[in-house]
Amino acid sequence: MSSSQKTLADLPEVIVAKVLKVIGDGSASERLREMGFTPNTTVYFERQAPFGGPIIVSLRNYQLSLRPSEAKLVVIEGLSGA
Amino acid sequence: MLEPKSLLNYALVGSPNSGKTTLFNALTGMRAKTGNYPGVTVDRRVGSLEVDGHCVQITDLPGSYSLQAISEEEQVTSGYLRGELGDNNLDGIIFVADATSLSRSLPFLLSILNLNIPIILVCTMIDECKARGGDIDFFRLKAELGIPVVGVVGNKGLGITDLKQFFIDPHSWKTTSVPSFDSIEKRFEWADKIFNKVLRHPISESNLTRQIDRILLHPVLGLIVFLAFISIFFQSIFTWAAPAMDLFSEWVSQFANYCATALPPGFWTNLLCDGIIRGVGAVLVFVPQIAVLFTLIFFFEASGYMARAAFVIDRLMGWAGLEGRCFISLLSSYACAVPGIMATRSIPSPRDRLATILVAPFTTCSARLPVYAVLISAFIPDATLWGPFTLQGLTLMALYLLGGVSAIVFAAIFKHGLLRGASLPFFLELPPYRFPSFKTIVVQVVDRLKVFVKDAGSVILVGSIVLWLLLNFPHHEYNDTLTKTQNKQQQIEQSYAADLGHSLEPIFDPLGFDWKINIGIIGSFAARELMISTMAQVYAVEKDDDNFVGFAKVLSQEDENGVRPISFASAMSLLVFFVYALLCLSTVAVVKRETNSWRWPIFMLTYMFAVAWVASFITYRLALA
Repeated sequence: MSSSQKTLADLPEVIVAKVLKVIGDGSASERLREMGFTPNTTVYFERQAPFGGPIIVSLRNYQLSLRPSEAKLVVIEGLSGA
Repeated sequence: MLEPKSLLNYALVGSPNSGKTTLFNALTGMRAKTGNYPGVTVDRRVGSLEVDGHCVQITDLPGSYSLQAISEEEQVTSGYLRGELGDNNLDGIIFVADATSLSRSLPFLLSILNLNIPIILVCTMIDECKARGGDIDFFRLKAELGIPVVGVVGNKGLGITDLKQFFIDPHSWKTTSVPSFDSIEKRFEWADKIFNKVLRHPISESNLTRQIDRILLHPVLGLIVFLAFISIFFQSIFTWAAPAMDLFSEWVSQFANYCATALPPGFWTNLLCDGIIRGVGAVLVFVPQIAVLFTLIFFFEASGYMARAAFVIDRLMGWAGLEGRCFISLLSSYACAVPGIMATRSIPSPRDRLATILVAPFTTCSARLPVYAVLISAFIPDATLWGPFTLQGLTLMALYLLGGVSAIVFAAIFKHGLLRGASLPFFLELPPYRFPSFKTIVVQVVDRLKVFVKDAGSVILVGSIVLWLLLNFPHHEYNDTLTKTQNKQQQIEQSYAADLGHSLEPIFDPLGFDWKINIGIIGSFAARELMISTMAQVYAVEKDDDNFVGFAKVLSQEDENGVRPISFASAMSLLVFFVYALLCLSTVAVVKRETNSWRWPIFMLTYMFAVAWVASFITYRLALA
């Protein structure tokens, strides 16, 4: 993974993003795909809990909270900056 | 007997928050039966209804996002649908999808279509979908999928009658041949294509939810609301559950007294009145707090706040190796570990769930309060330190904190040791705020109560009777020259419990406990609050209608040599012992129920006793010094 790749964990930087891919094939990665993080899906950053807590994103008309450790698995392309 | 043909078996499948439970209740009413799936602790809910002379049985499978299960609940769903759980002759699957997030549910539906079982798609929340500007072409959806599609509003009963008509003939549902997809992405691609065809107008986000979240998830305001939420939980026990619990105890004891006078005196009357009836009372006394706590839990869950609370507290729980959803169990345990442990079912990870169960009894439950209160008022000077802070108050607070901090510390220890392993990914859907359906909450609460009374109640009842026998046998002949209180004291001093108390002396002597305190500890095992009444008997407290004040007074009186019945060091040691030891038969029974084995309750008894012993030993030595 190159350092220039952005992931969901970088999200506050961008507000709207497009999913490029989910890295890996562990249960967390599989579950992220099942939750709808498939290529070209638009993801909106909603908020993050204080002290590096979980983030909330919305995609496919629903809101999902995940921890930064899982968010790192979703590679994105920013569509608009903060 | 029913003809085999007229009995139809359906399974209800859908993601959490899809309105599945509300639909289940709308279809089956209050007649659901709860059981167990083999080998797991997931509840099995089966309801039945009659449609035009056909008996229809519906199994409400646990909410799942995928057939690739990651939690125990999802394993049940996928195992059941694949026919791996034995007894299912499924005639059809009722797939429930929230219309407002259909785009996420369709791919899951497709993977279930591959199982080649007739399926009907039920779209819930169609009123909310419309209100948010969404317009889905259900006729087209039906044509694209090749299966029946019904729109319903579960809590208003809209569409339920139409849906029931489909249950008569599942063979008419037709299953389309769906390609078997080799990747999740391809499946989503296919589903997205269908979704874009049927979506006439996109669904906008819920404005109400956005507005409420602006406050409830605000870094500062959100925390204030969260603290208010916690205090509602605490208050509910004292203002709503406690009076009902007192009333229950009152009724039980009146009924026991009535039986004692109405029946001929003797062993069997004593056993019935003091053993069995009071044992049943020990079970019933939990009913109000389980009812109150679970009403709150289900209310906040259905309204959408519970997920937000888990989001707010997740970072903090993460330090203990737990996740946000464990918090609510620990919080409930502050009222009583029994509902707290029962509430761990919402935790998807089995390891997190077990860690939470293992530490939940450390939190200061309300039954410890009387014990703390007696010992504190007898041994801690009533001095004001500063402003509203008294030494007694601070001691009580320290005991509460000690319990809570210990719970977190031990959770961390378990998660890094015994329960180490790949942690389950943390996913938490934040559903839009919705007004909870009152009926659904009632049905869920009644379910929990039934499970508790049936499964834990029997263990508690048997345990209470055994402890009663220990405390009352061998029988002491009533001596007319002594007072009633002295007779009671004599009875207990020659009982098997006293023998046990004496034989436990080698273990408890290093903690500063004599055989009298040991009897109290044995008595408290039936229920912590029995500690006071048992000890009051041992120390022959007069006026047994007011054990509490009487006992504290007896403990603070010095004899002619200036020695108290219990020394200060022993009292402090006893306080700490009560913080740590699992002196609660009901908790043991519930852990057995929730973990489906005796292994974990025995482990808990052992490790908590070890921790209690060491902590009390240290306290005793420090207090002596």
